Amino acid sequence: MTIGNPASHLLAEVRGLHFKRGDRVIFDGVDLDIQRGKVTAIMGPSGTGKTTLLRLLGGQLHPDAGTIVVDGQEVPKLSSGRLYELRKRMGMLFQSGALLTDLSVFENVAFPLREHTDLPEAMIRDLVLMKLEAVGLRGARDLMPSQLSGGMARRVALARAITLDPMMIMYDEPFTGQDPISMGVLLKLIRLLNTTLGHTSIVVSHDVAETAAISDYIYLLSEGKVVAHGTPEELKRSPSAWAQQFLNGHADGPVPFHYPAPDYVTDLLTGKEAR
Amino acid sequence: MDTLRQLGHSALSFFERLGRGHLLFAAMLWRMPSLVRRFGLVVQQVYSVGVLSLLIIVVSGLFVGMVLGLQGYNTLVDFGAEESLGTLVALSLVRELGPVVTALLFAGRAGSALTAEIGLMKATEQLSGMEMMAVDPVRRVLTPRLVAGIISMPLLAAIFSALGVLGGYFVGVGLLGVDEGAYWSQMQANVELYEDIANGVIKSFVFGVVATWIAVFEGYDCVPTSEGVSRATTRTVVHTSLAVLGLDFILTALMFGG
Repeated sequence: MTIGNPASHLLAEVRGLHFKRGDRVIFDGVDLDIQRGKVTAIMGPSGTGKTTLLRLLGGQLHPDAGTIVVDGQEVPKLSSGRLYELRKRMGMLFQSGALLTDLSVFENVAFPLREHTDLPEAMIRDLVLMKLEAVGLRGARDLMPSQLSGGMARRVALARAITLDPMMIMYDEPFTGQDPISMGVLLKLIRLLNTTLGHTSIVVSHDVAETAAISDYIYLLSEGKVVAHGTPEELKRSPSAWAQQFLNGHADGPVPFHYPAPDYVTDLLTGKEAR
Repeated sequence: MDTLRQLGHSALSFFERLGRGHLLFAAMLWRMPSLVRRFGLVVQQVYSVGVLSLLIIVVSGLFVGMVLGLQGYNTLVDFGAEESLGTLVALSLVRELGPVVTALLFAGRAGSALTAEIGLMKATEQLSGMEMMAVDPVRRVLTPRLVAGIISMPLLAAIFSALGVLGGYFVGVGLLGVDEGAYWSQMQANVELYEDIANGVIKSFVFGVVATWIAVFEGYDCVPTSEGVSRATTRTVVHTSLAVLGLDFILTALMFGG
């Protein structure tokens, strides 16, 4: 199903998104615009459904209500054949890297080419080495995923994600658990690849400073809604108390420090078993 | 009331799983023709499912045959019928023990490995990753394993039976002094190609389908955590064993009952 103008400056549009897992509401009317060629960050505390949003964009989950349009096509309404065609033009970097553990680094990067093209072996080799060179791991081609550090695994996964030259790449928590050097490398790569390859990037993260440094536009999510959005500078000046607490990492604020509990003094003095 | 509700809940979730299992089986059947162009994937799996199971099958076949030789001889000799030892060993193996014991060993050796492998691929997001690379995991990962299991099981059962016959020969002829000519000629005269051997092959084929289907489904349907994978692996072995023994009775009744 084609909607709107595929060549518009928006690559993805989300309107009125509602999504529930069991009884828990994850999204309660979310609107988002992803601009072509830009790095858009989606931030929020853990458990706000940032990863779920990427899965909805990739068609792995279906929304309860609302529309998700990627490159002019309404994702939830696509047949599986059309969805797979669309996914060939999307790359996704999973938090764990999701490398195939029985294949070497080289074969992991070659995997999408072998599955989707009939290119001769010599060309596959050249393409894979070019992608590995771009992430600085051409020398690691013969290693197995178990021999890689977390940061290297993510770079290999990034090389694999750009193998088919996608129009957009979704990064799921790319900086979680990285040392400063790996984080610096990933930051540089995300920005550099976005500029040189001209694709669109969506970065899901809760690392505020790092993500803000490379983003063109930021959405802040909390409790199923977009609480603030704008360029990094606009958000710093945002009047929203929630946005200020999240961006500055204050322990107390609209998101309280204490988990809801009965009154402290009463709780101590009555001596009853807490329930 | 609570008990009733729980009973209803377990019944519903049982049928739901059964439904999911059958849908997955249909999905794999639907994708089988496309494997003709990617037969290399099947060959790889025949190696890990079949070839790597050879050792346990060979050793078990040999020992089961030796025990059959020993037990059979002790019973037959009372009736002066020890020349029929070859027939007894061969029929027991070809009709029953070959397909059934091979399927049980297969569930323990290859089935559990398949479930754990697929379950861990799910837990480490490898299957999700494939989906996002527009590669269908049912076609790329599950179907080649199912086909490999279906190809491997009858071959493993045949090897098991052949080794069992040899084991019976070593004990019966080699140790207990049964006449060698009688051992082989009685076997040749009394084992029928269609009634015995073909039915045994059909059994092992059916067990191959069921054992691999259960293993692949449990892996694909598991809760993607360490505990979930461990439970799924256990379920594979238990469910396959029960299914094989139950089906064996039904198949035996159909084939030899009338």
